[in-house]
Amino acid sequence: MDTGSQTVTGKDRYKSGVMEYKKMGYWEPDYQPKETDIIACFRITPQDGVDPIEAAAAVAGESSTATWTVVWTDRLTAAEKYRAKAYRVDKVPNTTDQYFAYIAYDLDLFENGSIANLTASIIGNVFGFKPLKGLRLEDMRLPTAYIKTFQGPATGIVVERERLDKFGRPLLGATVKPKLGLSGRNYGRVVYEALKGGLDFTKDDENINSQPFMDWRERFLYCMEAVNKAQAATGEIKGTYLNVTAATMEDMYERAEFAAELGSNIVMIDLVIGWTAMQSMAKWARRKNMILHLHRAGHSTYTRQKTHGVSFRVIAKWARLAGVDHIHAGTVVGKLEGDPATTRGYYDICRNEFTEQRLENGIFFDQPWASLNKMMPVASGGIHAGQMHQLLDLLGEDVVLQFGGGTIGHPMGIAAGATANRVALECMVLARNEGRDIVREGPDILNEAAKTCSPLKAALDTWKDVTFNYTSTDSPDYAVTATAA
Amino acid sequence: MRMTQGTFSFLPDLTDEQITKQIQYCLDNGWAVNLEYTDDPHPRNTYWDMWGHPMFDIADAAGVMMELQSCRKAFGDRYIRLSAFDSSHGWESVKISFIVNRPKEEPGYRLRRQEGNGRNMRYTTEPYADAKPEGERYPI
Repeated sequence: MDTGSQTVTGKDRYKSGVMEYKKMGYWEPDYQPKETDIIACFRITPQDGVDPIEAAAAVAGESSTATWTVVWTDRLTAAEKYRAKAYRVDKVPNTTDQYFAYIAYDLDLFENGSIANLTASIIGNVFGFKPLKGLRLEDMRLPTAYIKTFQGPATGIVVERERLDKFGRPLLGATVKPKLGLSGRNYGRVVYEALKGGLDFTKDDENINSQPFMDWRERFLYCMEAVNKAQAATGEIKGTYLNVTAATMEDMYERAEFAAELGSNIVMIDLVIGWTAMQSMAKWARRKNMILHLHRAGHSTYTRQKTHGVSFRVIAKWARLAGVDHIHAGTVVGKLEGDPATTRGYYDICRNEFTEQRLENGIFFDQPWASLNKMMPVASGGIHAGQMHQLLDLLGEDVVLQFGGGTIGHPMGIAAGATANRVALECMVLARNEGRDIVREGPDILNEAAKTCSPLKAALDTWKDVTFNYTSTDSPDYAVTATAA
Repeated sequence: MRMTQGTFSFLPDLTDEQITKQIQYCLDNGWAVNLEYTDDPHPRNTYWDMWGHPMFDIADAAGVMMELQSCRKAFGDRYIRLSAFDSSHGWESVKISFIVNRPKEEPGYRLRRQEGNGRNMRYTTEPYADAKPEGERYPI
């Protein structure tokens, strides 16, 4: 939307009283963002009768220096520099009341290497602001200068693969089920069977911590027996994500140290522990040569609805800065929310060296990653061996595919379920590399492999018709359009 | 037992025709193919012995297959793996790695446990074949 700057200058700017944000210097349509600026794109839904430009200026103001009234103490500072500047407002395609507001923030507004500080500004007070019906942080452009102040993923995709000695195919995992109620001894049984059968990893679920039925030490000890036994049974490196999520940092460090002492190569945390705790654990993981898995527990409370909250693509960017190695990023074909185009955007954020603006994938900005390690996306939730061709095609090979039910619920047992998944995966990678059209020929390739692998045949027979076709709530606003060559 | 390191260990042993196609895939991606052999299949045995340098300058799969045949002739009693390196920035590591030759018999691994305090266990994995010196571990 094109309206000129309305900024009041000189003495009038600081007259006591209330002034519209767009007049206070928070709407600067001629502003050219600097290479070092942090840029945020918000979806704003103003209350009826509220001017969208004023709403955008208010968001810029409330997420930087402003308060509800003019204060003379601004004049003691380089106020123009510290004011965030809304510089562009576009109507959201196919909506009547939503606007994309682009806001630039000077780098000096933020502390180096602190997601807590970044988020306290950008999603601090402003999301409860009354003149808005809804506000959603869609995307952020994080400048190289800022990215270089973060550690990034403790291990990264390449080093994780080197450590595990696993190349050229997605990794395979499974979450132990039932997620609650098993004793340590029974829990380790599932881990052993799944790893021996062919999985690379097993995983604690998000809410398995230290409950009356299983103390965390019991779980860790039995799991490491299972990992080592499976490693000896196969000659292959195995791992299990030991969830160290706990009430306090001290508890988490204690659990993580114990995992390291037992020789685990990976630990996990839940997103609900918060950004500061995640950054602490990322630094710990780097020091201990540990892979750090993040379960995005809780994210859908603020990522799923399009008109209010924070897009998962922003959460993924923050997680890569914060320094986790694995992040759940959707399956497209499984049981949980995930539009294909939008999910593609998340995967790009995890794995690219440079993420290009692609509005059709919900990526609003070019994003340099400045050699920050890559994050391994994890696909988990309602996927099975019969979808292997789709998973490989949609998600690529640098991903952990987690088949929980699809392993443990196998009619011939857990190890057979694991074998079915591994054989399905390897035959599909082999076929893809041979140049076959796996999307079209996928079912044939699986059936062919099942001739010499009865567990795969049983898996295909059991789950052949299982799909989850629901409309996604979070899909891109821009369609693919032809660009001038 | 069957040692399952490598990209395709859960499939039946690849035929030479299948191996050729995978090599072509590597070459089409601009990766350098490398052959290595060992008779120590410990999962942490990273440095298998190299069959010459990675083949940076071989452009066709047939050339790599000739090298594989020579390697098999010399070390057919051992594990041979074919890997491919991607030298592009941001990766600079192995892209694929799979077994192209196995010993006739794979005796597997012993898991040793050393009991520590508080049920804490030290685990050690030992290939049974390691009991003999290098070169004498697998029947020819």
